[in-house]
Amino acid sequence: MSYFDKTIECMSYNDKKNILSKNLKNVVEHVYNNVLPYRKKMDEIGLKPSDINGIEDISKLPFTLKSDLRENYPFGMFAVPSDEIIRLHASSGTTGKLTVVGYTKNDIDNWSKSCARGLYGIGVRKGTVVHIAYGYGLFTGGLGLHYGAEYLEATVVPVSSGNTSRQLMLLKDFKAEVLCCTPSYALHLIDEIKKCGYTKDDFNLKYGVFGAESWTNEMRLTIEKELGIKAYDIYGLSEISGPGVAMECEFQNGCHVQDDMFYPEIIDPDTLEPLPIGEEGELVFTTLTKEGLPLIRYRTRDLCRIIPGQCQCGRTTLRLDKVKGRTDDMLIIRGVNVFPSQIESCILKCDDRISPHFHITVDRENNLDKLTIEVELGPEIAFDEITVIQALTQKLDAAISSAIGIRAKVMLVSNGSLKRFEGKANRITDNRK
Amino acid sequence: MKVEQIAVFLENRKGRLCKFAQVLYDANINIKGMYIADTTDYGILRVITNDNEKAVKVLKENGFNTTVTELIGFKVSDKPGEMHKVLKLLNDHNVDISYLYSYSEIGSNQAAILIKVEDNEFVSKLLIDNKVEPFIEK
Repeated sequence: MSYFDKTIECMSYNDKKNILSKNLKNVVEHVYNNVLPYRKKMDEIGLKPSDINGIEDISKLPFTLKSDLRENYPFGMFAVPSDEIIRLHASSGTTGKLTVVGYTKNDIDNWSKSCARGLYGIGVRKGTVVHIAYGYGLFTGGLGLHYGAEYLEATVVPVSSGNTSRQLMLLKDFKAEVLCCTPSYALHLIDEIKKCGYTKDDFNLKYGVFGAESWTNEMRLTIEKELGIKAYDIYGLSEISGPGVAMECEFQNGCHVQDDMFYPEIIDPDTLEPLPIGEEGELVFTTLTKEGLPLIRYRTRDLCRIIPGQCQCGRTTLRLDKVKGRTDDMLIIRGVNVFPSQIESCILKCDDRISPHFHITVDRENNLDKLTIEVELGPEIAFDEITVIQALTQKLDAAISSAIGIRAKVMLVSNGSLKRFEGKANRITDNRK
Repeated sequence: MKVEQIAVFLENRKGRLCKFAQVLYDANINIKGMYIADTTDYGILRVITNDNEKAVKVLKENGFNTTVTELIGFKVSDKPGEMHKVLKLLNDHNVDISYLYSYSEIGSNQAAILIKVEDNEFVSKLLIDNKVEPFIEK
């Protein structure tokens, strides 16, 4: 095995603990002295930086919410003078106000390094052609991977999102080995490849780095089969830095968190108590080395668990299991919690004759929630008799109902009729709001 | 005896049928016969055109799911009992029919009948041996 930074990635628990403790004390000191909202939060509960003696004291610290960032828009949570900030990114929330993040020179360097570690772990080296189809701009996806890949001296193709026919031409002609984009855009590319009469053999792709939205293992298998690649999950969020907070290694067994920089905890979202390793709850991050926008116990709203034990690759970093979904994406239908990821995994493994494209609509009729799932037929299905479609609808219906615990109405629709996504997918219409 | 049919999947959405007709019109394709099997959520349109290859191509390009199926087509005189004669012949030979539809052109004294069966070879031969007139599209 080779590692980007063996000392850090394979460090023993005790050595890691010392570094984490030292870094946590530093960051707490830093925010207490330089970020007014944090000083207020800590003073309110009578907590001083000197009360934090090691990583085990982390649970004494108050949480940070997305609303803290919004309320202190744009720069109120920044911890350095404004001329130390060399980059700003922002993400738009559903509520409209932007969440703004700022980076110092060291922050950009560490973020690049965190991405580089992940990319190195799947085989990216000097000269590897890396096609980046995440959006460039205020969104962190494109530039984050760009800097990570450049750090490794890979050959970066900064296509950004959009213009799919040009993307296909570049993928083919520049012989990219690594494709970076959202998993939903990968599905779109697969469709377009077929439409243009190409096959996977016309390309030189070996690996895919897919993230910015939660996706299932079933989706992984579909993408791997169709593109003839290994598909890796990458996790990140702009508040914590961007893509590369965690990424899978070649064993595809959970995303390795760069936990010397971004320390993860899993908490019970109701009681806010930390949960033991292996239990599912809300993922919370503390940035241990960030200067511009350090965040303490930031609640990601992502539901996830930390995988117990050590990975075969030899790294000792903590691993995140597949993110089940953002608590914001969770639908409550007739009192039952439903995650779009549960529906996705059913659709992808149910039957070869349907496509991976679907859309969920929730309505309220006569005070009852009604869940409708449109699923696209695959391009090659033979269906001249009604019974074929009926049987397929029933099969999907049964699979989805048993997975989510409530009845959903499944409607098969023509191949290509649902919206395609170049960035993050939006597969839900909730008409109850 | 064999006739190629195109089945087209139509979700029950306003304008889908009209769009279907538009696509064929734009490609200058004529519809010879047509039948819709419908449910509340979708319909399956079965259609015979004067240029199936082109029809499948343009329909696919315009986002329609299509399936090409081979049917048995024959003609009978447009008067009582004629269809029954052929169906009885098939029934006597234990031929199952999955579906059937028919149409007759105005001014013609014959009706075209299309059936889907399991064994096209057997049924073709049976009908030819019994002097049933094949449906041939000009």
